[in-house]
Amino acid sequence: MVTDATMAASGDKIRCDACPVMCYIRSGAAGACDRYANHDGKLVRVDPHIVLERTVSHGGRVVPFQVSGDWDGKIVHQGDIVVTAIGAGTTYPDYKPAPFIVSSEIDGVDMVTVVTEGIFSYCGVKVKIDTDRYLGPETATVRAQGEAVGHVTTSEYGSQMLSLGGVHHLTGGSKKEGRVTCDTLMDLSNCKAVELTIDGGATVVVQAGRPPVVNGTAEERMRVGCGSATIGMFAKQWHGKVDEVVVVDDHITGVLSEHQAGKLLDIADTGIKMKGRRSTPGRYFQVADPGTGWGGTNISNPLSILGPFDPKEARPGLTMLMVSTTGEHAGYYVLDEALRPIEKDIPPDLKLSVERIKENCEPALCTVLFMAGAGGSLRAGVTDNPVRLTRSVKDALTRVTSGGAPVYVWPGGGITFMVDVTQMPAGAFGYVPTPALVAPIEFTMRLSDYAVLGGHVDYVRPLSSLKDSAEIRPITFVPGRRV
Amino acid sequence: MRRRPQIARLPDGKRLHLQDGPIDLIVEANGNEADIRAAYEAAVLRFDGLLDELCAELTELRKAAHPTHRALEGVVARRMQAAVAPFAADCFITPMAAVAGGVAEEILGTMLAAAPLGRAYVNNGGDIALHLEGREQFRIGLMDRPDRQGVMRTLIIDASDRSRGVATSGRHGRSFSLGIADAVTVLAATASQADAAATIIANAVDLPGHPAIVRKPANELQPDSDLGPRLVTREVGQLTDVEIADALAAGESRARQLLASGLIDGAALCLFGEIVVVGVRQTQLYHQHALEIA
Repeated sequence: MVTDATMAASGDKIRCDACPVMCYIRSGAAGACDRYANHDGKLVRVDPHIVLERTVSHGGRVVPFQVSGDWDGKIVHQGDIVVTAIGAGTTYPDYKPAPFIVSSEIDGVDMVTVVTEGIFSYCGVKVKIDTDRYLGPETATVRAQGEAVGHVTTSEYGSQMLSLGGVHHLTGGSKKEGRVTCDTLMDLSNCKAVELTIDGGATVVVQAGRPPVVNGTAEERMRVGCGSATIGMFAKQWHGKVDEVVVVDDHITGVLSEHQAGKLLDIADTGIKMKGRRSTPGRYFQVADPGTGWGGTNISNPLSILGPFDPKEARPGLTMLMVSTTGEHAGYYVLDEALRPIEKDIPPDLKLSVERIKENCEPALCTVLFMAGAGGSLRAGVTDNPVRLTRSVKDALTRVTSGGAPVYVWPGGGITFMVDVTQMPAGAFGYVPTPALVAPIEFTMRLSDYAVLGGHVDYVRPLSSLKDSAEIRPITFVPGRRV
Repeated sequence: MRRRPQIARLPDGKRLHLQDGPIDLIVEANGNEADIRAAYEAAVLRFDGLLDELCAELTELRKAAHPTHRALEGVVARRMQAAVAPFAADCFITPMAAVAGGVAEEILGTMLAAAPLGRAYVNNGGDIALHLEGREQFRIGLMDRPDRQGVMRTLIIDASDRSRGVATSGRHGRSFSLGIADAVTVLAATASQADAAATIIANAVDLPGHPAIVRKPANELQPDSDLGPRLVTREVGQLTDVEIADALAAGESRARQLLASGLIDGAALCLFGEIVVVGVRQTQLYHQHALEIA
């Protein structure tokens, strides 16, 4: 479609003259047609179908419509674009061909992208929350707005995993449970913040690509390692600067003088007495209960995990550094005449080691992987013989993407895939009141392979036909994180 | 360069897509090939220039309607005015509340004048003008959230029903709503009447003064909105089941009033997944069962 759309700016409003309605459009808003919008003072087209332009240099999400002069009608150049399924729509549950089967020529090979929006009631998200703070016991129910939407699963290194959604919460419980689960999955997948509460645990605000907020406190860093590992990593840097170091950790608290790393450096015994259960020398389990204090424990005063120093080995003036596994908490103590630790300012060279621990802790993030299975009827939208599509994917003849983002396809039966939602364009997910999620899924293959697997070849449209049909929304694709 | 409306057959080869500015029509006629072609040609001819015709009177169309006084000239504009007039005495409404239905009705009327058709519809973004003869029927999918996809119920209209218009209004649609309904779908004799009534009923699904409802002056969001500084619903926070029922009951009472006065044939009101149906026979309404892809 060619128009002579121009705009006249006045304040933060622009006036669109794409049609005689001549809407005044505020920044961030769309005109009456929902086709033109004001994006930072520029008139842009916001039609529902999305073509991703793999251009890193622009760095933006929307390509301004008609930057200068007349639009030459070209949206993007072939070979560099991916047609995504977002907005493609679908007529599920019947077996009509997927809404868009697009062919474009790449490297002389006639490629086909079957673009559809799958409706997934067998779907969910796996959430990885980088925190050592206690979120709740394994298998505990995770709730949103009071409804059960999933559960706590295993702890992984420096992070806690949640498994949310799935067919039982979506369709197996009450109507409200299904609705809230659907909303929660959709918001998380669209990179929105969602507050989750865990039975017998914490309240955590989760947003893909952002730090978790646990009981109102934003997490900053992942721990560099457990307390014992931290002792091993930093023992040499502490040697000669301090007599004792305790690295406080919910999992394994490390004690320098008793630890193998300290022994190798001939660090003398200090008479320190740890609470908790000793695992191997210098490594202690359960020095405190889990919580949101030091190193993922519930303590705010680190001295509370120490017993009295043994007078046989301890001496007045002995120095001790206590630090959490993320370096967020640290204290320096000197034993007085009665062998009681008295807090003093941390000497600069020890402060440096605390900074080093902090520096080695990566930023804590929430990551959300959307996981779903493309069932028979979705596959039937792509081919007459659905199982051949599965085989074609397994044989790596067909590439699966979701909103243009790479996916991991699980081995085994069916096409069950996972995708990092931050790699997908904004607003890629929708829902149906079944309830189930609507997610884009694209299958790309050689046209010849498509015919072989029983594809709806009669419905293949050249990419150029999409260009003219105003069913497209060009956006700049920025590889990597969108947030 | 003269702006041209966009005219194309959809990929299925059957439906016609007409778009010009904010008007976006999906048209389908059933009958013999020559009649369909004649009907589509007539539709295209009428469509070209229709937006300009409306825009010539846009200032007047955006003013509060008067119950009896009619200052408009265009045939579509006058139809819009007539559709909102029954509501103008006791509440604020502008002819723009019936613009989508009014346009759909005009195009359908043109098509029917050009050729005999057994069944046809003009769908203007969910506001639909229908034509049915003999044993023909339409299955209409109801969506509770126009901003998301999904059919929640299927409604069947057959030729013996009086209704020839279906329209949906709510807070997620393209136009603003004074109420909180996710969707109100109305059946009425004509598309413009259904359009106006859906707006009125959707406005009535409300909890005035509720703290979880965020409202903003319409003209702050859209400087030239026909609603001026009136507060339109932007967000609806968590509501209790009782509050949802209260808001729906307010809308239902308005819908029953319109049903009794013959302005509508039926309505389905939807809020947070709860649905209230007025006037529609149970046999007309089908549940969309939970379906899984597997």
